[in-house]
Amino acid sequence: MRYAMAIDTKKCVGCSDCVVACQTENDVPIGYCRDWVVEVMDGTYPQLELEIRSERCNHCENSPCVRCCPTGASHYNEGGIVLVEKNKCIGCSACITSCPYDARFVHPEGYVDKCTFCLHRVKKGMQPSCVAVCPTKCMYFGDLDDPRSDVSMVLKKRKWKTLIPEAGTKPHLYFLI
Amino acid sequence: MNSRRQFLKISSLSAAGLIFGGGLLDAFANNLVKTNPSHFKGPFDFTRTPTYCEVCFWKCAGWVYKDENGRIKKIIGNNDDPNCNGRFCPRGTGGVGMYNDEDRLKTPLIRTEERGKQTFREATWDEAFEYIAQKLKKVKSEHGAEAITLFSHGSGGKYFGNLLKAMGSNNITAPSYAQCRGPREVAFISTFGQGINSPENTDIRDTKCLVLIGAHIGENMHNGQVQEMSDAIDKGATIITVDPRFSTAASKSKFWLPIKPATDMALLLTWMNVIINEKLYDKEYVERHCYGFDQLKEHVQQYTPEWAYGVTTLKPQQIRETARAMANAAPAVIVHPGRHVTWYGDDTQRLRAVAILNALLGSWGRRGGYYNPDKAHVPHYKLPDFPKPNKSWRDALGGKYNLADLALASGLCDASMPSHELGHKIKAWIVNGTNLINTLPNQAKTIEAIQALDLIAVVDTMPMEITGYADVVLPECTYLERYDSLRVSQGREPSVALRMPAVEPQYNTKPAYWMARELAKKLDLLDYFPFETLEEEIDWELQQIGSSLEEMQKIGVKRMPREEDDLYFTEGENVEFGTNTGKIELYSTALAEEGFEPMPVYTQHPEPQEGFYRLIYGRAPMHTFSRTANNPNLTDLMDENTLWVNPKVAKEWGLKNDQYVYLENQDGIISDFSIKVRVTERIRFDSVYMVHGFGHTDKRMKRCFGKGVSDTQLISNVMTDPIMGGTGMRGNFVTFRFDNKKEA
Repeated sequence: MRYAMAIDTKKCVGCSDCVVACQTENDVPIGYCRDWVVEVMDGTYPQLELEIRSERCNHCENSPCVRCCPTGASHYNEGGIVLVEKNKCIGCSACITSCPYDARFVHPEGYVDKCTFCLHRVKKGMQPSCVAVCPTKCMYFGDLDDPRSDVSMVLKKRKWKTLIPEAGTKPHLYFLI
Repeated sequence: MNSRRQFLKISSLSAAGLIFGGGLLDAFANNLVKTNPSHFKGPFDFTRTPTYCEVCFWKCAGWVYKDENGRIKKIIGNNDDPNCNGRFCPRGTGGVGMYNDEDRLKTPLIRTEERGKQTFREATWDEAFEYIAQKLKKVKSEHGAEAITLFSHGSGGKYFGNLLKAMGSNNITAPSYAQCRGPREVAFISTFGQGINSPENTDIRDTKCLVLIGAHIGENMHNGQVQEMSDAIDKGATIITVDPRFSTAASKSKFWLPIKPATDMALLLTWMNVIINEKLYDKEYVERHCYGFDQLKEHVQQYTPEWAYGVTTLKPQQIRETARAMANAAPAVIVHPGRHVTWYGDDTQRLRAVAILNALLGSWGRRGGYYNPDKAHVPHYKLPDFPKPNKSWRDALGGKYNLADLALASGLCDASMPSHELGHKIKAWIVNGTNLINTLPNQAKTIEAIQALDLIAVVDTMPMEITGYADVVLPECTYLERYDSLRVSQGREPSVALRMPAVEPQYNTKPAYWMARELAKKLDLLDYFPFETLEEEIDWELQQIGSSLEEMQKIGVKRMPREEDDLYFTEGENVEFGTNTGKIELYSTALAEEGFEPMPVYTQHPEPQEGFYRLIYGRAPMHTFSRTANNPNLTDLMDENTLWVNPKVAKEWGLKNDQYVYLENQDGIISDFSIKVRVTERIRFDSVYMVHGFGHTDKRMKRCFGKGVSDTQLISNVMTDPIMGGTGMRGNFVTFRFDNKKEA
């Protein structure tokens, strides 16, 4: 089982609903976020292009954060989801430095925090809260090893890219373009 | 035939034509209903409680969840709700911040010094009501009940409206009409005999071509429309966006027409020219349903694409190509009516042009165009007859704006001015949930009107600027802490939604229903509030439609079947439209008889002087006007607005990204605060853009005080729509200043 998420940049309007829904679902304190929105604009008026992406931890198959964690707090969990065990985390921030996607932050309580793909929901057969809330339905979540999962189907049908592929992290966050 | 009366009759039908009930149960009239509320379950009997959102007017229905300590944890959409389909927008998801905001109004306040100085003393509810009741009685005896006005945007308006009618006034108004969608309603009523209303009856889900004119769906987070636009993108629909700004919607569009601001009318008329002359219109539909095609054909001959090029700066080829794209998709095409359409003062006519274009393409009443909405028929308890006002809000307008089908907030503000001489003077305001200082254009005038009042009482959850001018402030609990009347909104299928409290009210705050009823007690008008609590009234109403409060507390939303299978026109159907001719009026007989142009014409609007730029404003998806400005969850996403400036303009002025500047408008008004510059190619060189709802001046709102600039402050030039009194606000121009000192 390999959990992954695909985000349709053609549909995302950048409303940041995913950010608020994650904050309330996961008790992320105000001022911090596990997911965020990036807008990339290209061109000169009036020949313009805009790409809008909802970003979060890439849950990489080859995660620098897991590799560099001195205590084993950062680890692969069910379906390849990268998690931080907060009791083991000493807040050294080595993982934060190693992550090419800037997906981690130090929680005010001292441990490092990040997206969990809402594993607690996924275990109950629910979608991650960002996927469930998105008004544009631009996010697809599921198991890459299941050819009939939402994410596998949409990746077959559409053109996609990953972020910073040259880092060799094998990210599990895909962007439909 | 008295066409105006006919028109008004039709318009009031269209505004309220779907609402039935009242008058059904005379047997109960004039009796106070006595039931025991204790059999209703309270918030703590549930793990999740139903609500519908109050952060914007879309009113999505959802569920409120609490944590183990009984604190509100999250709000998520109700899967059965047609307005949201189980998905809330960021504001609805962040609605919990409205409850948690520590800057909320916490107890009733009574003014101790002059208005605007924000010096209050805390008062008991009884003192506050006594104060208001005494003043209202005095105003009524000196000037008549008609001197009392209610300004409202939100659920509480219904209860205070009831109180006003019971006193003998029909001055019940919302800025959402004359400052927002009014022109669109009048234009569609005069064309199709039916308004658009809310949520819009646009069939975006199944459209093949969506045309947005200044409407920025995706930045305005009108949930159902955003969802359906996304569905349409999935299905490969063509989107055409007309906007001087590269909006989010423009970035999703096949065609973006970067029009010169204030020339939209020229484009619309030219599109008609192309569609008629290239015979792209729906001939069968036009022949069967429309009135005045020949006049229209002749009328639009002058508006050629080559002419429009000089006016709009859009290339003739672009105009032709987009006209053809619309016709290719017809009738599954929507030339979208927008929502905030009070721009240049000829807005009813511009929206008439939108309506006519839809008629030519045959999209009204067709799948993928505009569907015929339906609404649940929930009977209301029969109240005693209201006293008939001697003067209506119309009398405050001096015979103007006869085609307005709802009261004008701006008109009633004008009637409160000391200089007002029409014999219908307004002396008392009750303001519920609308920050008029940031809602009505021309702040100086609003403040002058307020200073001349005998009473201004404000009901709100937050210390918005308007509360600073109040004599009495009544702190309302948030929508998460109260019942409100059932949501009965229009849609493809009728539905009813319940709001109940998830928690007890924090602080010394109370629901608006309770406030209105307590005031009614003091004014001896309790007969008009027969139910002691709102849940009893809701239960009574639900019983009439075969449901109950108990059932709704479990399901939140009840969907009902349509009574008739008439979502779209059927093939070859003859339809009676609610216009004078019974047809879709391309040539408007009602406008003609009122002395207005029966078909829209292009008029040139003022342009910025050298060194000035047109002030364009709009919405951000995470905020609702100023209502959310201090919400901790939503300010976390966006805590100030920025000023979009084209790089060429930035270069000329030496402006850098993230630099703060003040703005000065054409009338010498300088912004209270400075705004962060965002240099971007996404805006034309002749305009600047900012999101509405920032630049708050009330220090009691700690997170938003002094953040960004208020566009409303800079809107001092109002271009009034002669047809319905809408306040056009896009004729204001600003220049940059590096300090805010007034020149000597």
